[in-house]
Amino acid sequence: MTKRIVILGGGTGGTLSANRLRRVLSTDEAEVTVVDQDNEHVYQPGLLFVPFGLAHLEDIVRLRQRQLHQGITYVCSAVDHVDLDAAEVHLENSSTLTYDVLVIATGAILVPEETEGLTGPGWMEKVFTFYSPEGAAVLEAALATFDGGRIVVNVVDMPIKCPVAPLEFCFLADWYFTERGIRDRVQLTYVTPLDGAFTKPVASKRLGGMLAEKGIELVTEFNTGSVDGAAGTLTSYDGRVVAFDLAVVVPLHSGAAYVGRSPGLGDELNFVPTDEHTLQSKVRPNVFVIGDAANVPTSKAGSVTHFEGEALVENIGRYLAGEALDASFDGHTNCFIESGFGKALLIDFNYDTEPLPGRYPSGVGLPLLKESHLNHLGKLMFQWLYWHSLLPGRDIPGVSSQMPIHGKKQELSRS
Amino acid sequence: MPSATYARRTVTVNDEGFFEEPDQWTEEMAPEIARTAGIDELSEQHWRIIKFMRAEYAEKGTGPTVRVLGKTSGVSIKELYELFPKGPAKTAAKIAGIPKPRGCI
Repeated sequence: MTKRIVILGGGTGGTLSANRLRRVLSTDEAEVTVVDQDNEHVYQPGLLFVPFGLAHLEDIVRLRQRQLHQGITYVCSAVDHVDLDAAEVHLENSSTLTYDVLVIATGAILVPEETEGLTGPGWMEKVFTFYSPEGAAVLEAALATFDGGRIVVNVVDMPIKCPVAPLEFCFLADWYFTERGIRDRVQLTYVTPLDGAFTKPVASKRLGGMLAEKGIELVTEFNTGSVDGAAGTLTSYDGRVVAFDLAVVVPLHSGAAYVGRSPGLGDELNFVPTDEHTLQSKVRPNVFVIGDAANVPTSKAGSVTHFEGEALVENIGRYLAGEALDASFDGHTNCFIESGFGKALLIDFNYDTEPLPGRYPSGVGLPLLKESHLNHLGKLMFQWLYWHSLLPGRDIPGVSSQMPIHGKKQELSRS
Repeated sequence: MPSATYARRTVTVNDEGFFEEPDQWTEEMAPEIARTAGIDELSEQHWRIIKFMRAEYAEKGTGPTVRVLGKTSGVSIKELYELFPKGPAKTAAKIAGIPKPRGCI
């Protein structure tokens, strides 16, 4: 009998899962339906470049439906809630979809309203975010007319999508104001809740050193309690104050709101409890999770979602066949970190191995944890690969889902 | 691996003083650990959070972050900072004898 697979979310994870599933399962074996509340697929890594005029929204947004291969049904509606017991998805357009397998791929949303004052006076005038298309576009105009003062880049709390993006923003701002000839009139400060520039020790040290080299001040262990746009201040819960003329804030993240409306589906932040190696949810055996929507202990990033695709599709196939699942996903993450002046770093890590120097994917590959022009070209090429390899659900030649260990200098790791 | 002595018992801790083996913890160790973290006396509210941390660890294998604590413990983030001024998630985890919360990745 034909099985019904319903995928909630038509972003990176939903699209690549649908295309991979469609390739391995015939239309007699399974119907594949993708649900999303709108038809705009944003290449999210591109948002970083918009404020600096290096990318424009029209270049990074395409139709969701066009990324889905033939034989996949696309439904444009928001989700009201999931009824796990009945195995039904209730849509806001009042229709109901029943499923044999449900894939949660609705990512993470921004919840700026959870931080006191953040969306109050000054929001989108003096306090910005580049994590939304609208925010990135408004920030471009604000930076273009900024002629001196203190810019503060603040992460309110983890988890956030692409944890390196706020650092990249700092590096690019240093380049941008240097190009405009006013770098000496702009103070740049990075304010983070972490105890260093990044989460993992070796990379944190390297990235912290780069901030210092570029004259970017680093304020650590700052848990933002409130933002006052009118006064131009961030205040931490322990009473410290950082003043700004312009703030770029990465707001708190949550899972999609419908997850909270679906009894038993999400945790307290609306992310879905998920087995970190099989990607099966811990809430029901017929619910799987891919990408930022999962609570797995790795970065919320497109590369992770891509690497998860292989294990997810394999395991949905095994689940439908009544076989034991394959616990092979290792938390592989791979990120280019744009550092300004046409250079970038590359980091590669998984659940067990932190980002280390060396080369990727082997001893003759791209330099890891080190600035190079080649990595910048890699970052630019990634956008093409995103639309033409990742979303169609193809493996990228030479880039395996599991983290390669050859080429890494392991003796530097503390663990 | 470093060790520490609380309530006349030796326990295994990491470089930052977090317990490596939560089973080694007893309630009578908590006031001593609290003093090393700058908290002279544990109130009923402190104990409420300490017990919550241990229950969360037992259930999920990691202590909650401050944001999750604010949503689930029944104590607001502001009050949590009044109770544990140097950072509620870390300080409470240390006093409760559980490993450092791995929240941030």
